Amino acid sequence: MADLTTTCAGITSPNPFWLASAPPTNSGEQVLRAFDAGWGGAVWKTLGQPIQNVSSRFGAIQYRGVGGVGFNNIELITDRPLEANFREIAEVKKRWPKNALVVSLMVESREEWKEIIARSEDAGADGLELNFGCPHGMCERGMGSAVGQEPVVNERITSWAKEFATKPVLVKLTPNVGDIVPHGLAAQKGGADGVSLINTIKSIIGVDLDSLTPRPMVGGRSTNGGYCGAAVRPIALHMVAALARDPRFRLPISGIGGITDWRDALEFLLLGSSSVQVCTEVMLRGYRIVEDMIEGLEGWMDARGFERLDQLVGRSVPAFTEWGELDLNYEIVAKIDADKCIGCQLCMVACHDGAHQCIHPGTELTAAGVRVPVVDEAECVGCNLCQIVCPVQGCITMAQVDNGFAPATWNEHVGHGATLRPKKGSHG
Amino acid sequence: MPALPADRSEAVFADFKPALDDNQARVEAHRCLYCHDAPCIRACPTSIDIPGFIRKIATGNLTGSARTIFESNVLGMSCARVCPVEVLCVGDCVYNHMGVPPIQIGKLQRYATDHAYRQGTRFWQAGPDTGRSVGLVGAGPASLACAHRLRRFGHAVTIYEAREVLGGLNSTGIAPYKMPADRAIEEVDWVRSIGGIEVQTGVNVPTDLGWAELEQRHDALFIGIGLGPDSRLQARGEHLQGIHGAVDWIERMKLGKVDVSKVQTAVVIGGGNTAIDAVRELLGLGVSYVKLLYRGVEAGMPGYAHEWASAKKEGARVVWRVQPLGFEGHGGRVTAVRCMRLDRNKQPIEGSEHTIAADLVLLAIGQGKLGGLVSGLDGVQVEGGRIVADAAGATGRPGVYAGGDCVNGGQEVVNAVAMGRDAAVAIHSFLSAGGR
Repeated sequence: MADLTTTCAGITSPNPFWLASAPPTNSGEQVLRAFDAGWGGAVWKTLGQPIQNVSSRFGAIQYRGVGGVGFNNIELITDRPLEANFREIAEVKKRWPKNALVVSLMVESREEWKEIIARSEDAGADGLELNFGCPHGMCERGMGSAVGQEPVVNERITSWAKEFATKPVLVKLTPNVGDIVPHGLAAQKGGADGVSLINTIKSIIGVDLDSLTPRPMVGGRSTNGGYCGAAVRPIALHMVAALARDPRFRLPISGIGGITDWRDALEFLLLGSSSVQVCTEVMLRGYRIVEDMIEGLEGWMDARGFERLDQLVGRSVPAFTEWGELDLNYEIVAKIDADKCIGCQLCMVACHDGAHQCIHPGTELTAAGVRVPVVDEAECVGCNLCQIVCPVQGCITMAQVDNGFAPATWNEHVGHGATLRPKKGSHG
Repeated sequence: MPALPADRSEAVFADFKPALDDNQARVEAHRCLYCHDAPCIRACPTSIDIPGFIRKIATGNLTGSARTIFESNVLGMSCARVCPVEVLCVGDCVYNHMGVPPIQIGKLQRYATDHAYRQGTRFWQAGPDTGRSVGLVGAGPASLACAHRLRRFGHAVTIYEAREVLGGLNSTGIAPYKMPADRAIEEVDWVRSIGGIEVQTGVNVPTDLGWAELEQRHDALFIGIGLGPDSRLQARGEHLQGIHGAVDWIERMKLGKVDVSKVQTAVVIGGGNTAIDAVRELLGLGVSYVKLLYRGVEAGMPGYAHEWASAKKEGARVVWRVQPLGFEGHGGRVTAVRCMRLDRNKQPIEGSEHTIAADLVLLAIGQGKLGGLVSGLDGVQVEGGRIVADAAGATGRPGVYAGGDCVNGGQEVVNAVAMGRDAAVAIHSFLSAGGR
């Protein structure tokens, strides 16, 4: 059986699944139940000067009848007394000594950082996460993403934290920047032991079409919130991978953003995260999802022959490169399995309207009475669109074509004139 | 049109396929793959843009969804209930090839059209008056679809109907667990709300009103007279009380009352859809012993397999390979059917005569054809009792069109709607080109 134990930024946990700093880690009672369910770690809901929240606080996108594909919130940091939080942190740590308990923090002055770090460590925190990410409410008060968007401020506050802390310090980065790399480097320069990303994305989740008010609605008004949930995962994966592949960046990464199950988590691990944090899916489905996450990851690792997590962390990073390094002579074409085709013609209309007009209506019916579309392989550019719209598993495959051309990238072509194969699908 | 009595016999029936609620409809609509050139559309006689109307349900555009349905089939509310979707659109859903349950198209169509009825949305107004006039004979689905489309073109329209109740078999013949008569009549009112569809009831053509007179009154005619009365066996004892034509009995059950409280054994003779409907209706009315008598075996029944499967679940009995010879009675009432067994080739087996007890017998062996009624119209061809018309509904006589059961010999409501609608387009072309 694969060993899921992980160490991220010097913080060890029995598995890589941590709860992100958010409503599911608001209290000791909750975190105890989460650890009972199997979560390997938790990042406590951000502590700072307790605030007053609004109602309502959440909004969600519904897609094809399923709510919560995209999610946003306008809730702020903890609204509970710091004394209660620290008391409960100590209690949880006492009962679950081997689980990772990280405390998220957000205050303003150097003195405040000093005091809250000391109190967190006294309560038993295994690590500290500096919340430089919240894109709503706190940033208007000079904290959260207001810090994360300024590398100089990020570096300065990180260095304060490192000065006061004896436990590892993670800096939580905001995605509300053009390029994540300088911000990761700023945290590194400030002395951070690791980074966690992404925090939520500045967003308006929608507009209520009855009251004409943006959502979530607070007494007839709304404000920008933090976007999260499955829909943000591709953005998060890119930011994680962008840091992981940068040779200047050397810190461990705790990956966050739209993780709903073990497959999603695995993608973050493969792109360089040594732990992952989950919030939205737990808010929607409960702590119990972790049972499948553990079992699914173990099963996959056993099937693939991985024994330890560190064997796969970052495994996909070398394959992530810039466009100019891709082989322009690599050629694939779509193949439709006539026995599996149900005749919906979705590939045909997608190819005609959205791609390169190389899938055409079939002229004959199969024995099952299905009109199977026909791929003109001489024009197929191998774009995948037909495979994406096909509702039948394994019906459309993309098969490699041996076109006789040696591999050639754009950089090689412009650099020393490497030969490129003729274009397809441009219809002359 | 007279109001239907509230205590009519059909009122005891509940929906066989209950309506979808909002959540069920949304989830089902999202399952639709939105096929291009979809097989379900090709399977629909009225070619409704099914993926299109389902997508509109998914997006919450219910009024637009209903408009898409009614654009192709103005009787879309009743067709959603009465169409044999299992052998039409649903039967051709591509999910069948995947081993995945097909989309419940009929129920989704019902969901969208019921919404439009509840909202009172009409969608279309009559076109500007063209000064031309069309007479329609019969007030069934074919004529209603034809009349509505003609009004959209702006032609004056008058329907002549022998009965007092409008809607044809949609009102008098649909199994009540699919649709009660009042829904059909509500639909007639909804169709007529476009305005200007004049109706004269109690008019038998050609006895009360001759073809020559009709041609004088109108610039074009549409004939949608449906089928005639139930066929009879012409067997001994057929006059006995308790023996009825199935179509006639169903009409009385739907529009008024039939008393089956003392019936111990009901026998239905036939193997088509009317026979299966009658069996299920008798069972639903509480008759405990209902027997179908059919000359062939299950595999050869002309009725739909899915309907017969439901009848069996509901408790139908059956006697295969049997030919009724006559009826026995006591005190003027039927007591038994005298029968003979048939072999594989449906030939009588000598010496196999026997009786089957019955105190109610419904004959569902077909309906007469009414083609003879048009004998006064030179040029209109009749074959096997059916009026001959081309794909656009034109008969051999200029300006005279026909559609529905009197042309196709008895198909579904949706076939009649398509024929009536297409005939209206042809009539409009005829009149626009200066015909008559």
